[in-house]
Amino acid sequence: MNELIYFFNYVVVAGSVTGCIYAMGAVGVTLIYSILRFAHFAHADMMTLGTFVVLLLTMLFPHAGDALGLPTAIVMLPIGMVFTSLVAVGIDRAFYQPLRAHKVKPIVMVIASLGVTLMLQGLIRLFAGTGAQSLYVDARKEIFRIDIPGVTRPIILTEPQIILFVVTIVAVVGLHLFLTRARLGKAMRAMSDNPDLARASGINTQLIVTLTWVIAGGLATIAGTLLSLDVAFKPDLSFFLLLPIFAAAIVGGVGHPLGAIAGGFLVGFAETLAVFNWSVLLRPIRDSLPSWIELPNNLAIVGTEYKIVVPFFILVAVLIWRPTGIFKGKVI
Amino acid sequence: MPILEAIDVHGGYGGMNILNGVDMAIEADEVGVIVGPNGAGKSTMLKAVFGLLTITGGEIRLRGEPITNLSPHKLVEMGMGFVPQEKNIFPSLSVEENLEMGAFLKPATASRLKQQIFEFFPPLKEKRRQPAGELSGGQRQMVAMGRALMNEPSVLLLDEPTAGLSPLYMNEIFERVKAIAASGVGVLMVEQNAKQALRIAHRGFVLAAGQNRFTDTGEALLNDPQVARSFLGG
Repeated sequence: MNELIYFFNYVVVAGSVTGCIYAMGAVGVTLIYSILRFAHFAHADMMTLGTFVVLLLTMLFPHAGDALGLPTAIVMLPIGMVFTSLVAVGIDRAFYQPLRAHKVKPIVMVIASLGVTLMLQGLIRLFAGTGAQSLYVDARKEIFRIDIPGVTRPIILTEPQIILFVVTIVAVVGLHLFLTRARLGKAMRAMSDNPDLARASGINTQLIVTLTWVIAGGLATIAGTLLSLDVAFKPDLSFFLLLPIFAAAIVGGVGHPLGAIAGGFLVGFAETLAVFNWSVLLRPIRDSLPSWIELPNNLAIVGTEYKIVVPFFILVAVLIWRPTGIFKGKVI
Repeated sequence: MPILEAIDVHGGYGGMNILNGVDMAIEADEVGVIVGPNGAGKSTMLKAVFGLLTITGGEIRLRGEPITNLSPHKLVEMGMGFVPQEKNIFPSLSVEENLEMGAFLKPATASRLKQQIFEFFPPLKEKRRQPAGELSGGQRQMVAMGRALMNEPSVLLLDEPTAGLSPLYMNEIFERVKAIAASGVGVLMVEQNAKQALRIAHRGFVLAAGQNRFTDTGEALLNDPQVARSFLGG
């Protein structure tokens, strides 16, 4: 039983956490692609930026969350989301819109977004330095240990993880309802389907573009903040997020928000399973194994330090064998 | 006063003129049909009316008001509907959602108009929840026309609505076009199936090399031996 709890803590919980983060990032990438038709490489930096704003606010008002019984960073999250959304819209107006007006090729937009990546990274490092910082300022992270009768090992969940699960479910359900029920959400799907006809139907495409950045910026801030709350804020966060979220968006089928969520969990779990130490699960049967098999102490597929290899591998495999992804999306 | 009027329209793409002086006028309950050989500027003229290319000379009027070079968005607000020849539906949206997008500017009237469209095109009602991309060609054309009608346009522009349809569907679409005009909408359409289209046309415009060659009622054009010989294949 202990081994199962170990598996639950290190695969089910850890995989779900990673999956939630990747899913929210990938939804943003996929929405931006379906409306603006380019791969937005600066997306992971929007996550870092949003998190950094939340960190600053938390440092300014470290006890703002005490009255509500929530971490201060969570109370500051909506402000961070609004700020990041505004920055995202501003970046679009300043850099991407002039290029769209010139009807440039998508690759030019991609390179422009790389420029935005470097710019944002520079700015964040200028103010945040290069070290890791906890989002719990003047407070401690709560850790819940759930004891199962008859088992010595408890199930371990942290406060940010529980908040992450709740927020992800709310965000995903909310986004789905918005895209299928709301007038503007349907218009967003219409514009993704056929932008010229959307314009000929009187849909205000400029408004849809703005809305896309607001949603993508908001989700990016949620994902970045909740990840950093669980671990720590690192200015180079985006470096470790960019590849997995693109892999997730492509695996799910670019242009499919639900596919991006599925892709996020797929990549998240693949990563977690690849670094999981399987030797622990085999320990109970160690005595019944034939003597010539010696169980090594670490039996992971790849070492934790090579985790980034997994999304890379998935990405390459998908691009070769199923470039449209699980849900038959567009080919980037 | 004609609901839609074009006077000596010149225009084209990127400095190259395709239209060299086109005149057209239709009343609010009439079907106007543009026919002519390939490359005569038929579709170009329709796009010029809808503000999709730059008009370099002449004037277009809607209810007497000049609308030359206004943006498509503005024209939709003023009550113009446009159904392109290709890519005229939202394939992944359901039939119902396609129609709703047509009423984007008038959400309050959407559900009432949707019922009217379902009565007007009965096949769409049973397929209302299906993605429009899964429908047959004729039904797609109905979705496309229905979407444009959801904005309650006073002028409807149709670019080859029967292209690629079976004769059965073609007649069905022409019947619907006649009914739309009878309800008080000015319809201007480009057609390859010239003979059948002129049969329902109140006004016919035969274009060649970007100019009016013949302009008359549909019936008169059908009976004109000169038109028949050069443009209707004998």
